[in-house]
Amino acid sequence: MNPSAQSVVAKPQALACPNCGGPVERRGFGYSITAVCPQCLTVLDASSPQLQILQKVEGAQNRRTPLIPLGSRGTLRGATYEVIGFQARAVEEDGETFEWEEYLLFNPYKGFRYLSQYDGHWNFITPLEAMPRSSQSRGQFPVFYDGRVYKHFSGGPATTTFVLGEFPWRVKTGDTVDTHDYVAPPYVLSAEITAGEINWSQGEYVPGSAIWKAFTLTGSAPPARGIYLNQPSPMAGNVGGIWRAFALMTAMLVALAIFFATFSRQETVFHNSYSYASGSTAEPSFVTPDFNLTGRPATLELGVNTDLDNNWTYFNFALVNEDTGQGYDFGREVSYYHGADSDGPWDEGSRGSTVMLPSVAPGKYYLRVEPEMDSGAVAYNLTLRHDVPNYTWFLIAFALLLIPPVWYTIRARGFETQRWMNSDHSPAGIDPAIADAFAGDN
Amino acid sequence: MSQVSANCPSCGAPVQFRWSSAVETVCSFCHSILVRTDLDLRKVGQVADLPPDPSPITLWTEGTYRGKTFQVLGRIIYEWEGGGWNEWHIVFSDGSSGWLSDAQLQYAVSFLVTAPSSLPAAGAVTRGHQFEFNQVTYEVATITRASYKGVEGELPFPFYGKSNMLFADLRTAGRPFGTLDYSDPTPALYLGEWVEFEELQLRNLKQFEGWAAA
Repeated sequence: MNPSAQSVVAKPQALACPNCGGPVERRGFGYSITAVCPQCLTVLDASSPQLQILQKVEGAQNRRTPLIPLGSRGTLRGATYEVIGFQARAVEEDGETFEWEEYLLFNPYKGFRYLSQYDGHWNFITPLEAMPRSSQSRGQFPVFYDGRVYKHFSGGPATTTFVLGEFPWRVKTGDTVDTHDYVAPPYVLSAEITAGEINWSQGEYVPGSAIWKAFTLTGSAPPARGIYLNQPSPMAGNVGGIWRAFALMTAMLVALAIFFATFSRQETVFHNSYSYASGSTAEPSFVTPDFNLTGRPATLELGVNTDLDNNWTYFNFALVNEDTGQGYDFGREVSYYHGADSDGPWDEGSRGSTVMLPSVAPGKYYLRVEPEMDSGAVAYNLTLRHDVPNYTWFLIAFALLLIPPVWYTIRARGFETQRWMNSDHSPAGIDPAIADAFAGDN
Repeated sequence: MSQVSANCPSCGAPVQFRWSSAVETVCSFCHSILVRTDLDLRKVGQVADLPPDPSPITLWTEGTYRGKTFQVLGRIIYEWEGGGWNEWHIVFSDGSSGWLSDAQLQYAVSFLVTAPSSLPAAGAVTRGHQFEFNQVTYEVATITRASYKGVEGELPFPFYGKSNMLFADLRTAGRPFGTLDYSDPTPALYLGEWVEFEELQLRNLKQFEGWAAA
């Protein structure tokens, strides 16, 4: 019963440029308001079939060639788009001119989208009908949209420096609009303000290689230089995860340390008291009675406690296995000095010391001891404890675990610092918490 | 709900109303604009040939919105200094009706609602003016003066010969949007939301030379 709607809308024919007579192709069906002659770059009013001249371009010396030719089609976000318009726009900042390219994309069902390109950095841009909210009056303050906070990056008047192809609005070179960019990588919100009316759009960072693939362009995309305002940080996704992994592994380390502490026998296998005086004619070295180490190979801790007072003693030790004759030689200096000077009382060193032998096999052992000192005498005792928990490995493992998250955090901060160097806001003025927020999430 | 039939008072051709609540329709043979009264159909005007239109939507296009199927039964074409837009009159399978607007391929679905609070008069509405309807803050983003350019199919009200109409475009921080329509002495409020083309699962669309049907 319904009349068929399958009528086909024909593409409008190319028209002749009223300036040079060359063909002006029209790809935007009925939407184009402005068309630019590809031959002489004259800007034409495309809203009527007469193609009135809006702007003649003096000379063609500033002609730019789009990286994606007009008429190219590509598939982005699951839809086919045709490049129907191209413009270059520029902002001036501290006497420097920054120029970027914009490609107008069209699909007769899905509408208009844009691509922007600056120094090899690309964005896929969708016009927004929503009005992102601002905490305070619009301008330098953050804006909120779709659950994200966008930080103000830069703002200023942007001037159209070159146009080619078709546009569904009036445009010519020299047109200027006020723009503001707000970033939440990989997204950027852009506000364009004309006569008090704000038009918002949302861009998402796209690598040049993805654009080349989408439009099946020859060669490869120009390499991206520098860090772009909404370029996702290669570290951003990792920093939080690496810290979480660090926390998890540290917890496992602590659990392991507690396990070892609980299951260490901490058995005192030998304890005795001795004394030594310098200048004695007696042989200073002696051996202790035998003692047995049982169970698994484990740590052996030797504790020395002395009564030294402004003096030192050097102890030479050898732990000898009675059965094999194999020995471990080691030594320890114990020194303790104290006194008082103009700064008040001071002390240095300690009366005691411990030596940890990491792994001693079970067996029958004795200890050879040989004290040395220049003058005076010392009374001391020796304590040997078997299977004592050792925390050195724990500290080393902790320090090693700390390296990746610290390295990533420093890298991520460096990336954000570089990003914000290009903004209107001096890096010194950036709250480090903001940089952290960007480095830490997403 | 049965379809209502009558004859065009101008050319005598059969006129069929697909939507029982339709107030106005356009005779598909002689393009007379017909307003339905209790007794008969009255010709109130004549539609000039509509300019070629690049909207992919057309009369009889079907789609789905929030799980309910609808069909486009009518249309109002507006024109303003920045171009034109279409308000497609959509009628749902349950007999309710709403609007699908298409402004340069930006789509929105809206419905006439009873304003929860009093609305400002045409002269008092300004850009930046904020309203709260159903806990959503709406802000007047633009004020558009538009004129009527054409009409097609069945409409829920008599609409003919209007010019210099005032619309206040209400935006929010998200998908909801609204329109304050000052076409009549009492302002009308339409509330709805922006939709993506593919969400509506539109069928029976126009075809474009060189483009695969969406």
